Amino acid sequence: MTPVLDIRGLSKGFVLHHLGRNLAAFDDISFAVADGEFVLIKGANGAGKSTLLRTLYRSYLPQAGQILFRSDHGPIDLARAADVDITHLRRTEIGFVTQFLTARPRVSAEALVAEPLRLAGIAPDRALTEARHWLRTFGVKAALWPAYPTTFSGGEQQKVNLARALIRPRKLLLLDEPTASLDAGARTALVRRLADLKARGAAMIGVFHHPDDVAHLIDRVIDLTPDAPSQEDRHDVVV
Amino acid sequence: MTLTLDAPRIVTARPLLRVAGVTKSYGPVQALRDVDATAYPGEVLGIVGESGSGKSTLLRMMNLEEAPDRGTYTLDLEDAPGNLFDLDRFARRMLCATRIGIVYQNPHLGLLMTHSSSGNVAERLLVAGERRFAVLRDKARAALAASEFPLDRLDAPPIELSGGMQQRVQLAKAIALEPALLLLDEPTTGLDVSVQALVLDTLKRLQQERRITMVIVSHDLGVIRTLADRVMVMRRGAVVEAGLADQIFQDPQHAYTQQLVHAKL
Repeated sequence: MTPVLDIRGLSKGFVLHHLGRNLAAFDDISFAVADGEFVLIKGANGAGKSTLLRTLYRSYLPQAGQILFRSDHGPIDLARAADVDITHLRRTEIGFVTQFLTARPRVSAEALVAEPLRLAGIAPDRALTEARHWLRTFGVKAALWPAYPTTFSGGEQQKVNLARALIRPRKLLLLDEPTASLDAGARTALVRRLADLKARGAAMIGVFHHPDDVAHLIDRVIDLTPDAPSQEDRHDVVV
Repeated sequence: MTLTLDAPRIVTARPLLRVAGVTKSYGPVQALRDVDATAYPGEVLGIVGESGSGKSTLLRMMNLEEAPDRGTYTLDLEDAPGNLFDLDRFARRMLCATRIGIVYQNPHLGLLMTHSSSGNVAERLLVAGERRFAVLRDKARAALAASEFPLDRLDAPPIELSGGMQQRVQLAKAIALEPALLLLDEPTTGLDVSVQALVLDTLKRLQQERRITMVIVSHDLGVIRTLADRVMVMRRGAVVEAGLADQIFQDPQHAYTQQLVHAKL
């Protein structure tokens, strides 16, 4: 089967106009990801790990190369796809999971978590029930569900964010250090949810500061450190 | 370096709004230079830029308040045929009343300040031809409720209301006829931060519940970031850059956009 994601010759750098300088992030990256495969991105600080994830999500515009995604609507190059198509794919097929919550004023935790389901056309009460299930699973106390997460501690915000990001199964998940600073209970819940989504066929590309958390999920490691061997099989490498 | 993106392939709907090649001068001042813009059904397009960038002029044209020297404007609606800049005054007024809603920064532009709040909303319905008193009252009330206006103040004239409440009356008037397009010109500028958050939340909720297409103009990047799916950056009457909201804020390409984003954050 065609890979769900086929990255060819991808390059990204930043033009900093006020300095008159180009800042290279990564150059000429190629790899493919199959359904249900978990690819760990490793590399030294500044090797471009998070930049790669953001480029795949199109928060950053790539400078060269292709990101061929096998969408439900046929193959599409995320590097050049129209903005409206990217918006659509983000709502339906491609998820981005970070440790940071973008809270909105006066929106409750449970409403924020339910939002991806409501946008997908699921009835509000069903979406809310499911949202509460995931808030409970990630260890957010019930008393906080109707409260506004703008005032939550960093750890609680992070749990709300994970519930929101993972409530809806996606074909491709981009994971940017989602376990960083999570307590043990929430980390276990997260790893279990990722394993479940993976078993159901979701492909994942992840950056983890402590990959031990997800060691048993990793199928392959890609090293972005310049001059590193481009990719290694999981069993060859001590993570 | 500018990267040209492909035409949409997954989203097959046509853009609701399409502005092409719009150019306008006031004497020696060129207010708009060859501006193109599109908004897809249900999309929120944000327009940012400093004072004098032409963003409010463009919005006024989308509300058919003035015509450009050159350029076309179409809405993909059955009752909006051809280039809307060519419509006669009557057709223009009808289209604006029934299909386009607008909220101005200055409530004096959008409201009769000494008439009752419910009367202000009903007036929009009257223009569109509604004459039955009970329907006027019920529809005005429903629109004000949707805008989260306190219903015990229906009879209060806007002049007696706070800035945030005045914006809610404008919003109710704008959505009373369930327009296809909602135009917002600095809708929260000048409001207290807490009130601003409430108005933004109302806008976001309306947008999600009704899948209404919106164009929002603001110099406040936080407002745009909260609401917009896509952002257009204007400077000196021209579009310097357009893209997904998160991309414009995280990876601005143009020197001017970088300056704007870095100045703000």
